[in-house]
Amino acid sequence: MPRIALEPRFQVEHLSILDSDGNLDAALEPKLADKDLRSLYRSMRLARRLDERMVRLQRQGRIGTFAPTKGQEASQMGSIFTLRPTDWMVPSFRETAAMIWRGWPIEKLLLFFAGHLEGGQPAPDQHDLPITIPVATQLPHAVGLAYAAQYRGDDVVVMAYFGDGATSEGDFHEALNFAGVWHVPVVFVCQNNQWAISVPLKKQTHSRTIAQKALAYGLPGIQVDGNDVLAVYAAAREAVDRARAGDGPTLIECVTYRLGVHTTADDPTKYRSDAEVAMWEQKDPLTRFKAYLEKRNLLEESLEQQVDEEIAAAIRRFEATPTPDPVTMFDHVYAELPPDLAAQRDAMAASDPAVPARQDAALTAQPGATPMRGQRLTRR
Amino acid sequence: MAKLNMVKALNQALFQEMERDGDVLVLGEDVGVDGGVFRVTDDLQRTYGSQRVIDSPLAEAAIIGTAVGMALYGLKPICEIQFSGFAFQCFHQIENHCARYRMRSQGRFHIPIVIRMPYGGGVRALEHHSESEEQFYAHIPGLKMVIPSGPRNARALLAAAIRDPDPVIFFEAKSLYHAAKEEVPDESEAMTIGQAQVAREGDALTLIAYGAMLRVALEAADVLRDEDRVAVEVIDLLTISPLDRETLVASVKKTGRAVVVHEAPRSFGPGAEIAASIMDGAFLSLEAPIRRVTAHDVPFVGFAREKANVPDVPRVVSAARETLAF
Repeated sequence: MPRIALEPRFQVEHLSILDSDGNLDAALEPKLADKDLRSLYRSMRLARRLDERMVRLQRQGRIGTFAPTKGQEASQMGSIFTLRPTDWMVPSFRETAAMIWRGWPIEKLLLFFAGHLEGGQPAPDQHDLPITIPVATQLPHAVGLAYAAQYRGDDVVVMAYFGDGATSEGDFHEALNFAGVWHVPVVFVCQNNQWAISVPLKKQTHSRTIAQKALAYGLPGIQVDGNDVLAVYAAAREAVDRARAGDGPTLIECVTYRLGVHTTADDPTKYRSDAEVAMWEQKDPLTRFKAYLEKRNLLEESLEQQVDEEIAAAIRRFEATPTPDPVTMFDHVYAELPPDLAAQRDAMAASDPAVPARQDAALTAQPGATPMRGQRLTRR
Repeated sequence: MAKLNMVKALNQALFQEMERDGDVLVLGEDVGVDGGVFRVTDDLQRTYGSQRVIDSPLAEAAIIGTAVGMALYGLKPICEIQFSGFAFQCFHQIENHCARYRMRSQGRFHIPIVIRMPYGGGVRALEHHSESEEQFYAHIPGLKMVIPSGPRNARALLAAAIRDPDPVIFFEAKSLYHAAKEEVPDESEAMTIGQAQVAREGDALTLIAYGAMLRVALEAADVLRDEDRVAVEVIDLLTISPLDRETLVASVKKTGRAVVVHEAPRSFGPGAEIAASIMDGAFLSLEAPIRRVTAHDVPFVGFAREKANVPDVPRVVSAARETLAF
């Protein structure tokens, strides 16, 4: 009775197409139309500019705490670009680039981070879940959506986003296990940005890769250079096509880096070095994609100005949004308000609108409002 | 009309609702081939197939989590958590998502889910198989918490829970599963969630109970009638949340005295909310402090000591006599 190696032997691939110096592996280059390449770059640029602008808005007290995207634009755009509007996106809380691509108006995202749940309301025909904050808990939802789509016989793929920290949560493992057993059309996109607030990847997992965690659940897992939009696109294309063909779920690990703060309440100088950040800045997803587009003569001259104008107009719309009456907080608890809750609502409605309790929905923070602890300017 | 025990009545509700609505599906551990460890889902898979009656992997969080996803898509999942003592493994999915999705999405989504769980003691079971945890769910805005007390109302409340557009936590007392049979009409019935029932009318004192404690309250009322010559009113709560304060207050306005009975530990339990609601609505009618007869504030004690912990008829009678004599 010898020890024998079981088949299949497991293997995890790493995919890179466009390296940080802009060198292209032409054999792997995905077939993307010029307009798609332009569109991808535009979305990445818009997300980067918006991100920078939102950090300033937060410092000025015009929005609350938010989680910047800077550095992860390729991981998000390369993957979300493969979805159809009828497919479903299940975000975590750092998917600004992907959400804008899916049609979330910028002013809505600003409203969300200004404390208004109206900003988290997907449009009636939009197949997106709202931002989910408890880490990894959205992943079983993605599996359930995919199961339901399959049950109804709909041609739908579900793409779910999460980070490296999420892979330590039970919900991640349960979701992958259920997805494997049920063989449902889900693509799990892990943005491994190296840090879960202050905890680095090496303290998060002893695995060599996150991609290999898929293998334990009988799913394919692939690691890609998450700062290489072409590689992310190629891997996501393959995974989405496989899901759509009825061949089940995939885990994609995008190796990327959070160039900014975890959230605007975080100070990363406390836990990571400038040298490390500088090293990753050399791998910026926008720089290499820009170089690639330059070589193909696809760069738009006025792009920066266009996206800045788009952002400025959205901020104006956001700040012009009327302040809702707090009494609307009772509108979406149940389909029908139970009597005691109706009494609570009526008591609030009968109170003087001039009293402070009725004013707490003010759209933006009052000047001089106490910031959340740690909410200060950092070096990045 | 047929005489059914609670297991058969619940099973019938599942059959009737699955027949009515193709969006209703069932998932949980052992609910398919095995028909559930208490047989509540018996024969459903044989009739509706394994895609609609799903033997899920053993993971409470993903049972509820995937059901949330199904509900977001428009299906109406009924989840079975094998014992309520295991629901802490999925508590985050219930609190963070089932209860909040309507609010978070400002009405774009709602979660028409039913989470069935056997609860309560009296069946000589191990730890995590005998507890009562309704207070946790009753405290969460956005959920409804229902506990039937007999075969007929169990069937009618389960039907109502399945048709309800909001998430319903549905507790089934294990000690009632096979306790008694009741005449149940053939055609489907649905009761209104959020409405208590006066199980017995009286004028001397109001006994408030639900689930397996209803029988204890009714037997205590018998003793008080026979030995003390008083007519005790017994209220069967049926829904813990939203609480039917109106029925409670109306009764205590008539009787002036109230005793609440529940299997859950006392502190911060449903009895506290019930007492506060009666104080709010019937303070001037009260002739005595509102008493609570409950389990003690101790963790699971083992079934060898369970009888000393879970309320029984003598404890309820004694509390009622003290209240009457106050």
